[in-house]
Amino acid sequence: MKNNILKPKYRGIPQWFKIPEHKLTATNAIQTLPLPDRVVIPLHQHIGPPSYPVIKIGDTVLTGQKIGDSNEFRCVPVHATISGKVTDIISFKDVVRNKEQQAIVIESDGKDKWIDLQTVDDPESLSNEEIIFKIREAGIVGMGGAIYPAHLKLTLPKNGRLETLILNGCECEPYVTADHRVMLEYGEEVISGLKIITKLISPDNIFIAIEDNKPDAIEHLTGIVEKSSLDGRVTIVPIKLKYPIGARELLVKAVLNKEVPFSGRCRDISVLVHNVSTAKAIHDAVIEGRPFIEEVITVGGGVNNPQNLLIRVGTPVKNLIEYCGGKNVNVNQIVLGGPMMGSAITDLETPVTKGTRCLLLKNTKVKAEQDCIHCGNCLDACSMRLNPSLLAKYSQSGRYDDCGEAYIDDCIECGVCTYVCPANIPITQYIKTAKQQLSLME
Amino acid sequence: MAKIKKDNLNVTGEEMLNSPAPHIHSKWSVKRTMYLVILALMFPTAASIYFFGLNAILVILTSVLAAVATEYLIKLVRKKKFVMDGSAVITGLLLALTLPPTLPLWIAALGSIFAIAIVKEAFGGLGHNIFNPALAGRAFIQLSFPAPMSVWIAPSGFAPDAVTSASPLSDAFKQIGDNFELYMDLLLGNTSGSLGETSALLLLAGGIFLIILRIIDWRTPLAFIGTMAILSLVLGQDAVYQVLSGGLMIGAFFMATDYVTAPLTRTGKIIFGAGAGVLTIVIRLWGGMPEGVCYAILLMNAAAPLIDRYTQPKPYGLKKK
Repeated sequence: MKNNILKPKYRGIPQWFKIPEHKLTATNAIQTLPLPDRVVIPLHQHIGPPSYPVIKIGDTVLTGQKIGDSNEFRCVPVHATISGKVTDIISFKDVVRNKEQQAIVIESDGKDKWIDLQTVDDPESLSNEEIIFKIREAGIVGMGGAIYPAHLKLTLPKNGRLETLILNGCECEPYVTADHRVMLEYGEEVISGLKIITKLISPDNIFIAIEDNKPDAIEHLTGIVEKSSLDGRVTIVPIKLKYPIGARELLVKAVLNKEVPFSGRCRDISVLVHNVSTAKAIHDAVIEGRPFIEEVITVGGGVNNPQNLLIRVGTPVKNLIEYCGGKNVNVNQIVLGGPMMGSAITDLETPVTKGTRCLLLKNTKVKAEQDCIHCGNCLDACSMRLNPSLLAKYSQSGRYDDCGEAYIDDCIECGVCTYVCPANIPITQYIKTAKQQLSLME
Repeated sequence: MAKIKKDNLNVTGEEMLNSPAPHIHSKWSVKRTMYLVILALMFPTAASIYFFGLNAILVILTSVLAAVATEYLIKLVRKKKFVMDGSAVITGLLLALTLPPTLPLWIAALGSIFAIAIVKEAFGGLGHNIFNPALAGRAFIQLSFPAPMSVWIAPSGFAPDAVTSASPLSDAFKQIGDNFELYMDLLLGNTSGSLGETSALLLLAGGIFLIILRIIDWRTPLAFIGTMAILSLVLGQDAVYQVLSGGLMIGAFFMATDYVTAPLTRTGKIIFGAGAGVLTIVIRLWGGMPEGVCYAILLMNAAAPLIDRYTQPKPYGLKKK
């Protein structure tokens, strides 16, 4: 087992721009949020074609029952997360995905009556196709933030395999401690999920990458791995904390010193990166037969009692805030996701969707945007070695084609350029706008 | 602030702020940067007051006040909000530090007005100017008033009997010698010259202060001074003398590192510094003027966009074609 801390092999955000960690909830055990009276379940919680309702208004549903799906393999189904009655199918503005979409509303009957769960004792008894089918049916998306369908990531071309598997335990966003707690409290499940992924893609090398600010998680998972059948095959690599190391492109660079090709995927260099919470969800789906209806989320910042909560997907944000003791008086902004990449929400009824790792309440002062003074901070800070100031300038003046020429596709929207900009230019927002416009032009 | 569509979702009471990610910000701001530069400039400013007394105070005050007042008036005319972000103070201060102590005050004011009104604001204000305003202002008065711009006095502090003497670069410049005392004078500032150009040591201190705070990049001054030193040796000049005398120190640390008029990229900064070094030595040795730092930087300012264009960083994952 390696014990030397791996330093990221990229320039990244320099020390003098250090982003404070604020990991205040790292020692708080995960608590289960009481079941909500009503959940709102959006039909499109992943990247890919949307799902459509497979139930009608007025139907009674059980916890874990599939309520949305489509014929497309690339689609991820959604499930009822409480038992009760479907009262409405509404359209709402999803600020996290920045689009209008449909959602199913379920009123609870208070019983939380589950569907029958099909458990499997030994995943080795299943074929790869069966496992991938189970993962799709369970509605699992990548928990690292990209919400990419997990079953697609694990589907390889015929007889294909990937050389390297990296299990991503890096959680570089400030405040967020959800993955940290999952590793500590569901370590067995995470490693069991890792075994299933290993069976599917039969990699030569397996790495578990965890940041050096979570020594307890490193120790805990090391112990579990040593007792499991994976002992000897897995290398646990402690990684120096440096935002945005949790992004797969940068993690690959840090662990393997390889770069994912421009506008390519990790698969192009025979690497698969999976988040620890996704591994846990895969365990739940394959071994316990449970669909993906629960997730761990950190509620942090301006609440009286910051916590890590196990919640049902579709729970309104206000339930989480109430459980954590209500919001402080000076809070004027609520963010779904971490402070660097999350989306501000203005409506406390907004449901928490798959892949949301944090709910942050904070006090934000809006600073006026000034003209660029060409200080070069954003160039120094960009991990993807882009020129963010140039991209922002092009986007500002509507020169979206030029953005493409300036390699805008490489941007991972980590927000660092905006964080360090002395002129308060919302560079990340300009880049997102340009990307959106470019995708419309295609 | 765009309000989100409410639709069928219930809305609870108070309005929450809707702003794009990221939702946290570093301590960096234009104001902070500018005031730290002013703080660093206090080293040479203090030296100029120590060496040239009342003359220094008057020239500096005139130049700074004229710069700030011009900026204020122009913002008024352009119907834009005047922000005391410190950039006009820097321009005025930098200009004053490049002027001779006995310069008539109205000329110093004129230089400031030209720097702010024509070189900075006419191009669109902070962030849009092509040339360093302070240097362009100095070039303007140097060309318009060559006589008062070349009167140099020996440093005498607040003593009234100022004696006219030669600028080290004009005559002593041609004599090559290993004069330890001369070097010490240049280092400490006990020499005639422009207000802020005298003490190399204090300029160095201000520059290092900014480098440590990461306000300026070490690459530009190192490339500039390094090129000067190497070229001086190659061309048979006294390298120590070339580096310590004239406006090189203030130019390398405070002018060539001006964000707006220098390249953005790291490679670009090295090219910029080296280019300015070459031009300075060319002007000093073969040009018609004793000092070349000012024009060398201005010429490189014009080349900065081009340098940036050809030194863009190679993005992550991009294979060379």
